[in-house]
Amino acid sequence: MTVKDITFRHSSGQPDVLRGVSFEALPGRIHAILGPNGSGKTTLFKCLTGLWRPQRGEVFYNGQNLLAFSGPARARLIAVVPQEHEPPFPYSVEDMVLMGRAAHVDAFAVPSRRDYETAEETMRVLGIDHLRDKAYTRISGGERQLALVARALAQQTPILLLDEPTSHLDFRHQLQVLKKVRWIAREKNLTVLMTLHDPNLALLFADQVVALNEGGIQAHGPADEVITEAMLARVYGVEVTVLDNNGIKVVSPRVEK
Amino acid sequence: MPFKEDSKFKVQDSRFISGLIYVLPFAAAWVALFLGAYGVSPSMVLRVLGGVVFPFFDPGDVAEKAIILDIRLPRVLLAGLTGMALAGAGVTLQGVFRNPLVDPFILGISAGASLGCALSIGFFPSWPIQIMAFIFGLGAVAVTFSAAKMQGEISRLPLILAGVIVSAFFTAMVSIVKFLVDPMKLQSIVFWLMGSFALADWRMVWIAGGGVLAGLLPVFLMRWRLNVMSMGDDEARTLGIHLRRDRLILIVGSSLAVSLAVSVSGIIGWVGLMVPHLVRMLRGPDHRALVPQSIMGGAAFMIFADTIARNLTGFDIPVGIITAILGAPFFVFLMRKGGRENWGRA
Repeated sequence: MTVKDITFRHSSGQPDVLRGVSFEALPGRIHAILGPNGSGKTTLFKCLTGLWRPQRGEVFYNGQNLLAFSGPARARLIAVVPQEHEPPFPYSVEDMVLMGRAAHVDAFAVPSRRDYETAEETMRVLGIDHLRDKAYTRISGGERQLALVARALAQQTPILLLDEPTSHLDFRHQLQVLKKVRWIAREKNLTVLMTLHDPNLALLFADQVVALNEGGIQAHGPADEVITEAMLARVYGVEVTVLDNNGIKVVSPRVEK
Repeated sequence: MPFKEDSKFKVQDSRFISGLIYVLPFAAAWVALFLGAYGVSPSMVLRVLGGVVFPFFDPGDVAEKAIILDIRLPRVLLAGLTGMALAGAGVTLQGVFRNPLVDPFILGISAGASLGCALSIGFFPSWPIQIMAFIFGLGAVAVTFSAAKMQGEISRLPLILAGVIVSAFFTAMVSIVKFLVDPMKLQSIVFWLMGSFALADWRMVWIAGGGVLAGLLPVFLMRWRLNVMSMGDDEARTLGIHLRRDRLILIVGSSLAVSLAVSVSGIIGWVGLMVPHLVRMLRGPDHRALVPQSIMGGAAFMIFADTIARNLTGFDIPVGIITAILGAPFFVFLMRKGGRENWGRA
């Protein structure tokens, strides 16, 4: 997937939220998008998924411009894992995962047996098939996040976008969810993009890092090359020490005690 | 409405309840046909109905035949169809607006349709009452929708508030019509507004039936999409839903069914709210089963309420009064019980 020169502003006269964002994303790789709040991460996602229309720029996948695609056609190429949330009705986990088939089911039809089987298989892959009949509103935050990942997988797209998949999770579940996502990206050769807050999680799980600030790309490349003391100072304005723990880099903020 | 329950991929321990919901309207109709001021035996009801299809059942020229076929049967069918329209529209609107506390009455469709009808009865007798009801009902829900839609997503309380405001406005307009028309027409508007099946005839049955068929058929076919749409606008779009188009079809279909029902039976509130909730409590929120079961449940509930209205006292109480007496406490019960679960995050 090639993102080319995406430029977005809410309305003319207002400053650009994204200024010529270009990068490339590869199948089977995890790309973490880092950046402080208001850096344009969310806007970039909304442009990629077609919710907002950028003033300039293109997104190519296999030589086709994704931005020109209609809703269902795009939804067969890009799946989004939103932040964990509470739906208005207590759907079962199976009902939730099945919604990933919406782009494959005709508007005047209900899901077929094959759609149910696809949903069931993705639940099995993520190890949540025992939650099938549980209400989505009654399971833990980590389980909900996995159900949303399962739903995106049921969409059977080559591209997967995750919007801060760890933000509502405790330490253990953060690692569990990201491990599963990485495993699936390798297994199914998916192009994965995710926004993250914690540079340490990016170092642990991402192959590539795109650092955004003020709507522009500050750094782009392999995670352990991009995440440096200088970059974090520039993008987030915080002082850190990057340590080496047997070949794995660890970011340790300098905080006065 | 014939419907084959085919969610066999799901293990449901409550199959029995589903079956019951589909049988209930027919059982209620049978009871409604033999209960009444003129006593008819339960078996005579079956003989008369059977006689329509198979001549050898025909009981001959008995008084019961006219009572059942000309008076009670159209009334029961009209009640059932109105219940289908209101409950089907209720469950659809709750899904589309992601709000368990709305129904055609709360969103102002009923009030809008009633203004259309009142204008037609009072001032423009040459304009078809059904078309006026549909135009004004659709107009009302459009105003509610755009008033609540401040910034993209519609949140729950503003939607209900907008519905209350729109209803109040259209009700006031109906009052102006009532004030201005001559007393003869006033009487018919007032009685009709109370919501009653007392004047039911076969012509009304065909109108309500047409509304249910034309309005609820697309809703029934698109029922599974309601699950996805209730996730919110952005999520529904990224999941591949054609949101504007689908929402338009569902709202127009619901409004059509409700407007035609209102045009023949007046304003009957709360059914569209209560029935989907009861079915959801019994069978869960999956719209694939919820929509047809709410439609059938609505028919059963309305026939039941109308039978009470007919038989409780010597008079024929307007059925709208019965549903309101049952519905208002139910709404309070939902608010108390649910707290967060029903109101959710505003």
